[in-house]
Amino acid sequence: MAHHRLASPPKETGLHRSVGRRKFLGYLIAAPTLVVAAELAREQVFGASEAFATIPSPPQTPEAYDLLDALRDAARPTANLIRVEVNKDGTVSFALPRSDNGQGIITSTQMIIAEEMDLDVDQVQVTLADARPELLFNQITGGSSTTFTTYTPIRVAAALAKGRLLEAGAQLLAQDVRTVTARKGLVLGSGGRSIPFSALAEKAASSTTQQVEVVLKARESFTVIGKAQNKTDARDIVTGRKVFATDLQIPDALPTVICRAPDLNGTPGDVDNIDDVRSMPGVTDVEPVSTGVAVRARTFGQAIDAVNALKVSWKRGTVAGENDDSVLKRVKAAELPMAVPAGVGRTIDRSFTFYFASSSSLETNCCIADVRKDRAELWGPMKNPIAAQGDVAKICGLPVGAVTMHVTQGGGSFGRKLFYDAALEAAECSKAFGKPVKLMWTRADDSRQGRVHPMSTGRVRAQINGDSVVSYEQRHTSVATQINPGLGEPVSAAAVKAPLGNLTLSESIFELTQVTPYEFGVSTRFLNEVDMRFNTTSMRNIYSPNVATAREVMVDQIADAMGKDPYEFRRGFLKTDRLRAALDAVAKKGRWGRSMPKGTAQGLGIHTEYKGVTAALVEIDCRPDTVNRPIREGVTGPRVTKVTFAVDVGLVINPKGLEAQMMGGINDALALILTSSLHLDDGHFVEASWDNYFYTRQWNTPPDLDIIILDSEADEPGGAGEFGLAATCGAIANAYARATGTVPEYFPINHKDPFPFEPKPTVPPIPESPTDGLDHTY
Amino acid sequence: MSTHTFTLNGERVTVDVEDDVRLLWVIRDILGVTGPKYGCGINVCKACTSHINGKAFNPCSVPVGAISADDEVTTIEGLADGDTLHPMQEAWIDRDVPQCGYCQPGQIMAAVAKVNQCKAEGRDVDDDAIEEIRNICRCGTYNRIREAIKAGAENM
Ligand code: FES
Ligand code: FES
Repeated sequence: MAHHRLASPPKETGLHRSVGRRKFLGYLIAAPTLVVAAELAREQVFGASEAFATIPSPPQTPEAYDLLDALRDAARPTANLIRVEVNKDGTVSFALPRSDNGQGIITSTQMIIAEEMDLDVDQVQVTLADARPELLFNQITGGSSTTFTTYTPIRVAAALAKGRLLEAGAQLLAQDVRTVTARKGLVLGSGGRSIPFSALAEKAASSTTQQVEVVLKARESFTVIGKAQNKTDARDIVTGRKVFATDLQIPDALPTVICRAPDLNGTPGDVDNIDDVRSMPGVTDVEPVSTGVAVRARTFGQAIDAVNALKVSWKRGTVAGENDDSVLKRVKAAELPMAVPAGVGRTIDRSFTFYFASSSSLETNCCIADVRKDRAELWGPMKNPIAAQGDVAKICGLPVGAVTMHVTQGGGSFGRKLFYDAALEAAECSKAFGKPVKLMWTRADDSRQGRVHPMSTGRVRAQINGDSVVSYEQRHTSVATQINPGLGEPVSAAAVKAPLGNLTLSESIFELTQVTPYEFGVSTRFLNEVDMRFNTTSMRNIYSPNVATAREVMVDQIADAMGKDPYEFRRGFLKTDRLRAALDAVAKKGRWGRSMPKGTAQGLGIHTEYKGVTAALVEIDCRPDTVNRPIREGVTGPRVTKVTFAVDVGLVINPKGLEAQMMGGINDALALILTSSLHLDDGHFVEASWDNYFYTRQWNTPPDLDIIILDSEADEPGGAGEFGLAATCGAIANAYARATGTVPEYFPINHKDPFPFEPKPTVPPIPESPTDGLDHTY
Repeated sequence: MSTHTFTLNGERVTVDVEDDVRLLWVIRDILGVTGPKYGCGINVCKACTSHINGKAFNPCSVPVGAISADDEVTTIEGLADGDTLHPMQEAWIDRDVPQCGYCQPGQIMAAVAKVNQCKAEGRDVDDDAIEEIRNICRCGTYNRIREAIKAGAENM
């Protein structure tokens, strides 16, 4: 049957070059109503980077093939299981095999389907799929890959569905299929006649599963993609109706909190007073588990009180006795040597330290588990539910098929939810108690035992000769970043296919994400990691914020050594016109070079990754009156007063969503460069809450923020979720250096200031809630 | 265990629970009203911000025993007038403020109280006033929050 004739409305003919004209394979699935599926079956073509002036560097891996390609290629064999369904009520539904933690992918997926099927965005229902082991490793949300990997398969399925609906509609209207069109969930025929999708859902269904050729809508006819769209769950959010994992009311799933060790990853020994604690008000169960002693109670407040009452003898943790300095020493000892010896030509050497930072989403790790003898059911915000399902099955001693994982929407991730620490603990607790649990980490647990962005060092050496940069070498050395099995598998599998050597997983990711965007002659970049059994994760943008900061600060230093303006220097040495366009955009809009008072300055940063480019121009105020402005229990320090940021990320699905993601990245950059870090002391992190860990607040955020979305010729979307950080980090560091005359050697720059807080005790582990809340109303 | 009665979002509620349990857990775990979120439990993150008798407060730091029968507690669920959203909620939607949304119930309740406070004191709702708001947004939506507060204040 030649369905392909029907899939494309006649008005879209005559286009060329565009990806939209190629044919794709979709599947009609045998089902009572119309169900279609799609697979990825095509190659990606990206323009090779143009060489520019001076001494060209040989191409580095990410210019041709980057992490997004690796994740997409890894997704290929299983992507055909992505299904779009037309319901009897005429709505279209799709269960997205990804996790939404605020990055807006539900909204953008609704937009993609609405575009292809000529629906209104709210006629498309997108939910998060439960764990689907048959998707193998195509159910991870990471590396800003979601839109890039799912864009085409979703469109193929949607286009096929529309084609079938048009065909069914034409038959019912007794009209030629080439004359009918679709709009807002109606098939429109000539003579003003129309039939709603609801009347066609069954008629368009297929009784057999078959492969069909599909042509996609041409980019020129897009009416939804590229238009600003508010988040579709905004009303639920502002009325308090959006449901997070701990908001779910699962019968008998009572609040559960774990009493944790003073040491990082310490484990429990004997408990002195377990029976006393069992009889505390509200407490139903207390049992030792592998990571501590678990308490289940009527309310979280009572569970916390019981946790604090427990007398446990603890075994030492995985980094017992270590502190910032001892860890830094180990990291420095692992730094790989430079290839070009110092002293050849004029050599500039710089080194930087980046201290531990917390991924700390506002929603702490949490999960609901109901483990029975023969089955288990879990609810939680998981970016990698398939791997979680396998591990939960092991803990429960159940076959994988007996474990159901429901993916809830998450309250932020920042790398945390790539792992599923809370799911494993919830399963273990529910099994130990023989009852359902609603397990939540307290903020102190989250700060002290939660996953962190590892400490790292950056060393850079450049050699210059007149107006040329002869060589540029960068070494990134880090406490090992743990990359979860679900992310690791496809990347390492795909990395084998990429033009790489025999690299470890971390090296593969480093190689696939990092590129030096300048023509700096001989250029080498290496990663080395030291495994010290910290709980780490790839926090927003993995290595890039640190690598880009070291690079961009170095670029300013090279420019300075050559007596060049940082903007002019970058313009001359950037590898592509696309990078120059981003740089020019911020320089123009942000008025690069305008006169600034003493103690304030501008700074620039550039980054390329995720099939896109970004540039940032930052203004900072480092004058004493600003630095020392008083804020109760807060950190002020230098104030970033203005950020002008340009992004070209390829095809933009939702400009409003893209801008939001950039804004989030920019606020993260402020934190990483200026104010927030963890301090390791005697085997544990000192910070226990937000009054110790100084994430960006209203009094830190730039009063003036301008995000420019550049037009792009690209046919496909790149990745956006993490893309605001790296260029901004570099720009803030440069602005600070120019305002103060001091090039920072470590980040955040306040890391070694005296603590503006009294460290909270580690035993009992959870700071007690105050009782004077009514004295602080306003 | 003792009995506590107060008004929650316009309705009379009665719970039996120990005096020292913080109001946040009474509201969330016993009454099942989950708009106010937990982010720290020590009056720092402000994710639980709600109103008591029209003023912003943080129920994670108030024992239920301190609440009296004539106290009116309003959470984000009680801010709208039926289906008619509060102007601050409208401004939030209009500016597309939320990302993950976890902090936003607290942000909105804080914003409404801050605007009321400024109006009562005859101050402008300017950047300085907004920077007195301590609520954390880990997704970094601060800049849109600022715009939304100013827009919402116009219509309050
Ligand atoms: S939970 Fe109440 S202020 Fe953080
Ligand atoms: S929107 Fe996610 S914490 Fe604010």
